[in-house]
Amino acid sequence: MSSFSAAVVTFPGSNCDRDMAVAIEQVCGGSVHRVWHGDAELPSGLDFIALPGGFSYGDYLRSGAMAARSPIMQAVIAAANRGIAVLGVCNGFQVLTEAGLLPGALMRNAGIRFVCREAALTVETSQSLFTSGYAAGQRITIPVAHHDGNYFADQATLDRLENEGRVAFRYAEQVNGSALGIAGVLSAQGNVLGMMPHPERAIEPAHGGSDGRALFESVVGALVSA
Amino acid sequence: MKIRVHVSLKNGVLDPQGRAIHHALEGLGFAGVRDVRAGRLIELDVADDTGDAALDEMCRKLLANMVIENYRIEKVAEAVA
Repeated sequence: MSSFSAAVVTFPGSNCDRDMAVAIEQVCGGSVHRVWHGDAELPSGLDFIALPGGFSYGDYLRSGAMAARSPIMQAVIAAANRGIAVLGVCNGFQVLTEAGLLPGALMRNAGIRFVCREAALTVETSQSLFTSGYAAGQRITIPVAHHDGNYFADQATLDRLENEGRVAFRYAEQVNGSALGIAGVLSAQGNVLGMMPHPERAIEPAHGGSDGRALFESVVGALVSA
Repeated sequence: MKIRVHVSLKNGVLDPQGRAIHHALEGLGFAGVRDVRAGRLIELDVADDTGDAALDEMCRKLLANMVIENYRIEKVAEAVA
């Protein structure tokens, strides 16, 4: 396989895009392309696309709603449907649900307040290209920083996510009122992951922890050995 | 043609914002408020020949998130000068 090639999308208001690019560069290696929301096309030959945290278009209407309809997202949706790995963190997760790449919606935190702290998570499955570097049931600590992280889906959807092993991460403590404590979900094909916690903020000891590193190692491991 | 789109949370979807407003009303001494649900009002000015199907599509594709929200379209009669 040629060298690992990733893209990080920047929306107006993204503020974790550089952190995401640095995390991918440091852990996955290869090249990281920075892509602008108004671009109509992604670079060719990508292995991995990341939608970063922060805000987008002022989060007008609903968090992620405008970004989900931006020009670059049409290309991201097409790439995801071709099986390319797509990770959305925080606002990126909101964008993925608004774009219909993941089920459910992210609502205002049950406690109303913005939550910014480290959160204990349980890795629910190691059977995904994003989580193979963890053990199922492993307890990890990843920072969260969000106002709209309260995951909602109807009961039939929640049952399907559970039965299909598509809950990737669950909060090990009460954080935002998410249904079933869901912190991260996978698409039906398993190549799209959305999560509210920020793995890119936990890749080296200087961050206070490096539990996010295994996620990026999983991605590069799965794609390089594929 | 003036259109008002009323977007509201579906029944059964928890509304933390509405709950906070409820508590604030109680804090101001307004007794007897049973429930508060917060929604959104979007006013559109569209061409007169805009069809109902197009209005529905606008709501479904962008103005409301059908996972959590309902919408109601109201056509506003123009004020007579």
